[in-house]
Amino acid sequence: MSDMVANSPEADGAPDVNNNPAESVAAILKERFPEHVIDDTREGYEGLMVTPDKIVEVTTALRDELGFNYLASLTGVDLPDEGKQEVVYHMSNLVQGGGPLTLHVQTDRDNSVVPSITPIFPGADFQEREAWDLLGINFEGHYDLRRILTWDGFDGHPLRKDWREAFYEEEVKPFGSRWPGGEVFRAEESNPYGKNVKYPEGWVPTGSEYDVETDMYMTGLENSMDPGSGMRTDKITVNIGPQHPSTHGVFRLVATLDGETIVGLKPVMGYLHRNHEKIGERNTFLQNIPYTDRLDYLSSMSNNHGYVMAIEKMLELEVPERAEWIRILMVELTRICNHLWALGFLLNDLGALQTPMLYFYIERELILDFFEAASGARMMCNYMRFGGIAYDLPDEIRGQDIMAFLDELVNERLPEALDQGDGLMTGNEIVRARSIGVGHLSAEDAIGYSVAGPMLRASGVQYDLRRADPYSYYEHLDFDVPVLYNGDIFDRYLIRMMEMRESLRILRQVLPYIKETTGAPTSTGKPQYAIRMPRGGESYGRVENPKGELGYYVTARRRDSNPQRYHVRAPSFINLTPLEKMSLNQKIADVVGVLGSIDIVLGEVDR
Amino acid sequence: MYGSGLLKGLAITMRHFITTYVDDLKWASRGGRYYNDEALTVRQSLKGQGVSTVFYPEEKLPTPERFRFVPFLVTDDPAPGTQWGKEWCTACGICAKVCPPQCIWIERGKQPNGRPKSEPEKFFIDIDICMNCGFCAEFCPFDAIKMDQDYELASYDRSSAHIHDKERLSKPLSYWKEIAPKKAGAEEEIRVFVDELKAFKKANKGNEDAADEPVFSPEKAKQLHYQGKYY
Repeated sequence: MSDMVANSPEADGAPDVNNNPAESVAAILKERFPEHVIDDTREGYEGLMVTPDKIVEVTTALRDELGFNYLASLTGVDLPDEGKQEVVYHMSNLVQGGGPLTLHVQTDRDNSVVPSITPIFPGADFQEREAWDLLGINFEGHYDLRRILTWDGFDGHPLRKDWREAFYEEEVKPFGSRWPGGEVFRAEESNPYGKNVKYPEGWVPTGSEYDVETDMYMTGLENSMDPGSGMRTDKITVNIGPQHPSTHGVFRLVATLDGETIVGLKPVMGYLHRNHEKIGERNTFLQNIPYTDRLDYLSSMSNNHGYVMAIEKMLELEVPERAEWIRILMVELTRICNHLWALGFLLNDLGALQTPMLYFYIERELILDFFEAASGARMMCNYMRFGGIAYDLPDEIRGQDIMAFLDELVNERLPEALDQGDGLMTGNEIVRARSIGVGHLSAEDAIGYSVAGPMLRASGVQYDLRRADPYSYYEHLDFDVPVLYNGDIFDRYLIRMMEMRESLRILRQVLPYIKETTGAPTSTGKPQYAIRMPRGGESYGRVENPKGELGYYVTARRRDSNPQRYHVRAPSFINLTPLEKMSLNQKIADVVGVLGSIDIVLGEVDR
Repeated sequence: MYGSGLLKGLAITMRHFITTYVDDLKWASRGGRYYNDEALTVRQSLKGQGVSTVFYPEEKLPTPERFRFVPFLVTDDPAPGTQWGKEWCTACGICAKVCPPQCIWIERGKQPNGRPKSEPEKFFIDIDICMNCGFCAEFCPFDAIKMDQDYELASYDRSSAHIHDKERLSKPLSYWKEIAPKKAGAEEEIRVFVDELKAFKKANKGNEDAADEPVFSPEKAKQLHYQGKYY
């Protein structure tokens, strides 16, 4: 890093990254659970290997005594060669920060059972269901272990290595049929409509297999006594979605109502499921970059960032200075872009139909224009590469010099737009009446449910990966992590406003560096299309996405050109876990607002 | 006062409402605010005020040089009187290998003696699958495949019209220079330089007293940053 970075103002209160709490805690755990907790000694792996019978005790100790009270990510890995399946836990320390503590639990592949940690971390709920759904890992003790992303009658567990999709061609890309004797075909024709249904052998339909979701609707059948009038009232089950404009996509809510009050709420998702992770395992490392754009399609730049960081860790690549500055520029503009969209839609959901949304769109379009000029696409940017970025910034945009454009955008246009948005909504009595005190989530619950990003910070937990586990050049930048304490919809609205202002503050510091480094290289080495991993092992790259912690867990074997396991810790997906908790005892009209305040993108929820 | 927040918000909406008409008046003497290229540029820039809508298809947003849509194959400009110029593609297959959704099929041609020819016999892109990522153009070592900017590809029949064959994909170099002048110019310079370097090395093989190898001047390099890898 050059002098100019070293001279930049040191941030206040940045945690000491050299003092990694994960290491000291690992030592304590090994001492306390000898034989059950050992170092993971496989090549390229870090963290601990825990026996399945002790995982509940270990995580309890981590939560209650050792400060690692936040379950960042939980996922499974299929290891057919060893006849094992593995569950991987990433635990974070919210106070001291630093890297995550990784726990691995291995179980038999044929009889895959691991105790559920949902009693300790309710945030594991959806993640364990996902691991059951996609990998067939049975979490013993989970209160509601149903499929979550695929449909209930689905045959098999698609992320197991021996499961093959309908359009299966080969284990990994590039497919041999493309070159040198390429004979074109449409994938659709190999599995034409009308002939694409295959029943398991010997299966005779009885009709009862369509009753898979009855449990969700059964709660509506009980009736209750109204204490005032002594009248018996029925509960009603209302199905919201999947085709409903306020669910932000194809997302379904099964709400049980007593009058207008929510007494039960089950989210149903997976309508947009395409098994991003299976596709990712077929892809080469490079081919995954454009696919990450399609996860949270409103913030593709940050999605790229997380993924390339995970792979750069494995390749041990250094990123040139200019590339890092441009990355921060792009990622912070993405944050503004995303929050503008999120707030526009939140207000839309609260009844301020279209007006705030469209005012924000105008500003968002300007940022997208810039993305288009720099990367070639407005939303599917595909801009970052391993060891840098695809292209340097363009010279001009719409006839204006690029630096002049950015200066004006960051210093004049966007602050003005935020002030205008503030004036339009923050003081608005209707907005306040609809949002203050609604959808409350306490700090303890927020941590327990593993929510991340603005949701977590609106509940009074000051945790931001850019500060807690700094990556890129964030430790050299001066910015605050806003935090609010009420944990209601209004605070989630305000925190996004504050975050946009902090992003502008970061951008103002970044622009001079970009000006200074004009002409410096933007990527390391020569671009390669066929990358092979120099070493095997795992890597967890995480960034503070606009929606929360976005993590990419990648494992690979030595000399492989495709990931062995590719998992996305999707913030929108995990932030949905406390949806029922937040909606209980609210009116049904408020559920839409609560959902809007979570800010989900179904491309990321369903993956 | 209760309701002041509401009024403040309404004032902002009012301001937007009025600005729209003020801007209309401003452009009245200059050919109108709509269907006017000059007005469109301003409307879409940071200086834009009021309504920012574009009346597609009568008005179209100008695409930036890097804008990418489904790829095309570069050929030489056809000689007068002929329909097709020479293909630049050598059928090396890198684009087909790097393509994330695997939408490129190439059949490599054969010489009469059965040896592979460095030219594609057939070349298909299924544009239904193409995700417009631009990797093919980025990694092509021969500048033979480029990203097009024509985004109006709607057709009545997707089953036949959406698989583009070699004829449909081929476009002359002059077209590429037209849609991406800076990038095309930069690539041209690199090709010229590489040829120079090759010729120099050939001429001075084994000759240690020869003059220094030709190098990229910084000015030249500056123009080349359109292709990230040279910079």
